[in-house]
Amino acid sequence: MSDFPADSILVLAEVSPTGTVQKSAAALIGAAAQVGSPIALVVASPGQAADAAAIVATFGATRVLVAEAADVATSLTVPGADALAAAARLVAPEAVLISNSIEGRDVAARFAARTHSALAVDAVNVSRDDEGIVAHHSVYGGSYNVDSAASTGPLVITIRQGAIDARAEGQPLVAEALEVVSSGAAAATITGHTEATVAANRPELRGAAKVVSGGRGLGSEEKFVLVEQLADTLGAAVGASRAAVDAGYIPQTSQVGQTGVSVSPQLYVALGISGAIQHRAGMQTAKTIVAINKDAEAPIFEIADFGVVGDLFAVVPQLIDAIEARKK
Amino acid sequence: MKIIVLVKEVPDTYGDRKLDLETGLADRAANDAVPDEIGERALEVALTYADKNADTEIVVMSVGPNTVPGTLRKALAMGAASAVHVMDDALMGADLGLTGEVLAAAIRRTGFDLVLAGNLSTDGSGGVIPSIVAELLGVPAATNLSSVEISEGAVAGVRAVENGSVNVRADLPAVVSITEALPDARFPNFKGIMAAKKKPFETLTANDLGINAEDESKGRSIVVAVSERPARAAGVKIIDEGDAASQLADFLVQNRLV
Repeated sequence: MSDFPADSILVLAEVSPTGTVQKSAAALIGAAAQVGSPIALVVASPGQAADAAAIVATFGATRVLVAEAADVATSLTVPGADALAAAARLVAPEAVLISNSIEGRDVAARFAARTHSALAVDAVNVSRDDEGIVAHHSVYGGSYNVDSAASTGPLVITIRQGAIDARAEGQPLVAEALEVVSSGAAAATITGHTEATVAANRPELRGAAKVVSGGRGLGSEEKFVLVEQLADTLGAAVGASRAAVDAGYIPQTSQVGQTGVSVSPQLYVALGISGAIQHRAGMQTAKTIVAINKDAEAPIFEIADFGVVGDLFAVVPQLIDAIEARKK
Repeated sequence: MKIIVLVKEVPDTYGDRKLDLETGLADRAANDAVPDEIGERALEVALTYADKNADTEIVVMSVGPNTVPGTLRKALAMGAASAVHVMDDALMGADLGLTGEVLAAAIRRTGFDLVLAGNLSTDGSGGVIPSIVAELLGVPAATNLSSVEISEGAVAGVRAVENGSVNVRADLPAVVSITEALPDARFPNFKGIMAAKKKPFETLTANDLGINAEDESKGRSIVVAVSERPARAAGVKIIDEGDAASQLADFLVQNRLV
């Protein structure tokens, strides 16, 4: 029998190839603590797992299972799924929480398929009702709220990055080594990796409280700097429409919309973005929307709380000055 | 080489999509049903390989209702050799796990060297089907590739992840999913449209694949509540006459957003 609590929620804490615990882990543990006892799993290369486990405890995991896997840096997804399967057998959790990252959802997919568990993806929150754990989803670009649950067994839930504000209180480290028997499932081989360079002093797009996004209206990569300048004035993250990404003004990782990142910030500023329905799908749940566009008919104005019809190259520099003046 | 391309029919995103508030299922009458763009890009990867390698067979595959043949016919017109459509009322409202099981069974029955799919659909945005299918087939998955290099016996590419990119490689048979960084699909020409009418088109049921959609021993994701969020209303819209920036700054200050 398992000596883990009956309300255990197993959390896969994501660790980067270089051993850094990802920010998503704090949110996952925060979400788990709302509905049960957060038990974390750390899967890392030998020598990196202990440090990661200590960090995960500070996020509020009551116990931390530590799996050291020699092939985690060279073998895609399968080592994570194997460790998760071993942890789930040991813990018998009510739910399994995983980040809805590229890698997280692959691990979730393999784990759920292998264990015939119900899979709920891209949840923005979790709760508990009389029958167990419920996942809350925001679908069709935030037009609908859908709740889902498992027909039987644990619910495997991937959580949208940046969606959970709850954080749990740090716990003393209670770590135990997890023995993992390899499934032998065929995996793709990792032959190298490149870390993206990010502006260190700017908030991350996912989960940012404020976002300033630019569209095709910026006209060029050089002029896109204006978006960054306003973002820095407001302490905001930088986003973009697909048109701006396709035009090469900014990398794809900054794309907001249907096929990019979904954001729900306090403030969303759209500069030179027409507001195609596919863009709105990624940002229309923002609390306050501001738009600046020279086309008075642009659909972005239909959802903007404050719209300015005008030349953004004139308005934005004035806006930066006006904000700086009011800050003093 | 035999390549199976998974395509999906989705509600057109050029319009407000609707859910049935009783069942939580997509309201298919609310929008035109169209092939998901990312699946067409996956097909383009296969067609580009076939252009250079004559000994390539491309099969397009989809699960869904009686409108799906339209999507599969378009893929045939673009150049796929044959189509497999799994259609069964028992699969209505199938969750990701069941859909993955059905696809894996259909892929195994058809036979394959490489399965190509899009990374994320525009309707469900699940992004898990390729890995579910790979797990059930017992083959490697290389997902979210922003570039793909198919060679005899292997596939390699660059996998775009949140904090950078990873170079990956897998021996065939394998499952690959691609991102929209890959090129847009070609248009079907008249000759292709005519030829598509004569291409093999197989329609299968869950039973044909040995799938029991009612198997209660497996955990399934079920919808327990669905509600519509009120639409946003437009607020203030001003035309810049030199003072718009100042008014906007006031608005931001009043709402404590500065």
